[in-house]
Amino acid sequence: MIPTVLSAQNWQTHQGEFIALWTDATKAYALYNNGLFTTNLTDGTYPALSPDHPGAAWFEKLSTDLNGHKPDGITHKSTAIEHFIAPNGTTPWPDMPPALGEGVHQMAVGPIHAGIIEPGHFRFSIIGEKVLKLEARLGYSHKGTLALMRGKSPRNAARFAARISGDATVAHSLAFAHATEAALEITPPPRAIQLRAVMAELERMANHTSDIGAIAGDAGFAFLDARFAWHRESLCAAASAAFGHRLMMDMVIPGGIAADIKTPGPDVILGAISALDAELPSLTRVFEDYASLQDRLIGTGHISAHLANRYAAGGFVARAAGRKVDARSNPGYAPYDVLELSVPMETEGDVAARVRIRLAELGESARIIRTLLSSLQDGAIAIAPPSGSGMGIGVAESFRGPAWHWINIESGQITDIFIADPSTLHWPLVEHAACTSIIADFPLINKSINASYSGVDL
Amino acid sequence: MVWMTLAQHLLSKPRPPRRASQATAAALAERFTNLSAVKLGRSLAIRHVAIGSCNGCELELRATQNMIHDLTQYGLSFTPSPRHADILLITGVAARNMAEALRQARAATPDPVFTIAVGDCAVDGGVFKGSPAITGGADSILPIDLMISGCPPTPSQIIEGLLSLIEAHAG
Repeated sequence: MIPTVLSAQNWQTHQGEFIALWTDATKAYALYNNGLFTTNLTDGTYPALSPDHPGAAWFEKLSTDLNGHKPDGITHKSTAIEHFIAPNGTTPWPDMPPALGEGVHQMAVGPIHAGIIEPGHFRFSIIGEKVLKLEARLGYSHKGTLALMRGKSPRNAARFAARISGDATVAHSLAFAHATEAALEITPPPRAIQLRAVMAELERMANHTSDIGAIAGDAGFAFLDARFAWHRESLCAAASAAFGHRLMMDMVIPGGIAADIKTPGPDVILGAISALDAELPSLTRVFEDYASLQDRLIGTGHISAHLANRYAAGGFVARAAGRKVDARSNPGYAPYDVLELSVPMETEGDVAARVRIRLAELGESARIIRTLLSSLQDGAIAIAPPSGSGMGIGVAESFRGPAWHWINIESGQITDIFIADPSTLHWPLVEHAACTSIIADFPLINKSINASYSGVDL
Repeated sequence: MVWMTLAQHLLSKPRPPRRASQATAAALAERFTNLSAVKLGRSLAIRHVAIGSCNGCELELRATQNMIHDLTQYGLSFTPSPRHADILLITGVAARNMAEALRQARAATPDPVFTIAVGDCAVDGGVFKGSPAITGGADSILPIDLMISGCPPTPSQIIEGLLSLIEAHAG
């Protein structure tokens, strides 16, 4: 893929839906829904895009903290990763301006959270119980992943792509494989393409069941939490039986997949999704029947269609807010082109709508898995990537939205790479959604969007 | 509708019980029961701290609490506060931004405390070993009593590791 070169002025005025921004040694790149664009860096600076595209702000901070490049004309000052650490290793309490007004107080949460989740710092400005402002400070799990991938062959670097976000390991491995395959102009064998989709849908189902249950659990509804956790466990056990790993980590590699599906695998997978299919109508009914549960979810954490479009949201966050997007159908990739994917959509944009979307997606993923397993083609499962050169962009629809990978390969080695998890665009929406509700509803809102920390910290 | 669901569930036959691995679960339960003179009692509280993981270990840690693995049957449970914790359970590489937070969590945990590193990253940095963004595994910030490797370790492996710690200190 050859990016379109723009002058500094055209770079700043380009119209389109902003997806991602990053820099390499000499250029800044911006990915829109209408193409990949680039402009030259001048003394390490480039014109900021965040004044017109608010979703660009986090990417601009990343370009500063990861590569030392300065966006020109920014209004944001906070850091994405390089928070101040004193020479003696201590870190001062971050200064984050509160909302102003009588009776407003600040509440700090994290970086260590109460539950079993990743680290991040949230600062709420609250009046009474009402949240007026939320500022998220992330970067706590920065591991230097992108730097570790440079200088390695795509096959060697795949294990880092698989650990961008452990819950979306298949999707990120798939996006990385797509980028590599685009750069080197190769196509994996048909059987590999089919099995990749089986894994991707299995991963989607495991995450959806786990999160739907956890949202009910956060509203004090233990029964649904327990049942959905049971199904998530069955799906992980099936993944382990079929592919040898409960999360299917390191299974999708550039050129194909690492190992074929094991013999009892398809039966175990079909058993797990049939058990879920059988119980899903009654679980859905419980979800919708209990007024006390619905009362916590309806109208909570509202994200308007305008905001979802402004930030180019993806996944169930977008689809619950009247924005019908899905990377599996647009831009689309094999094998979904022949599967007649049905994409659910709701318009309410609240926690309840996001749950309904995910409930609907469970059925669609189950259908796709059944179709694929009943039509598996024989043949090879991988081809070796040649030692070529090229630039490629790859996308895969993770359970939370599209994961974009950009890669530049020279003589078989990665010279540069950037990875945009959908969470980079969703975190600002978490900040917005929090301000539509009271502080006690924040766990529901946060879980209903489920933005990744590791995927943004890189 | 709820009553119909309820009636259905009351009238229908119970599903066959399922365990992650009958053999492992039975062996672990037996080992635990044999510790009649458990010095530590049956109520060890765990405070989990992620210091640079990819969320894989967190998924499997949460899975230890589901009704199939059922961590609480062994007297182990997670607590939101380090002040109530007997065990600090650490996942992820030692990311520089988390070092201070982990030290403060340790300082807030009353002695005696066990520190456990769960997952290859916490054990020695895992695939991220050598990255300038990290200082290594969890032991580059705190002394560690037990390491449970795996990427991520399965819920059964995590529970087995936790029980081996209790065994080692109960005898």
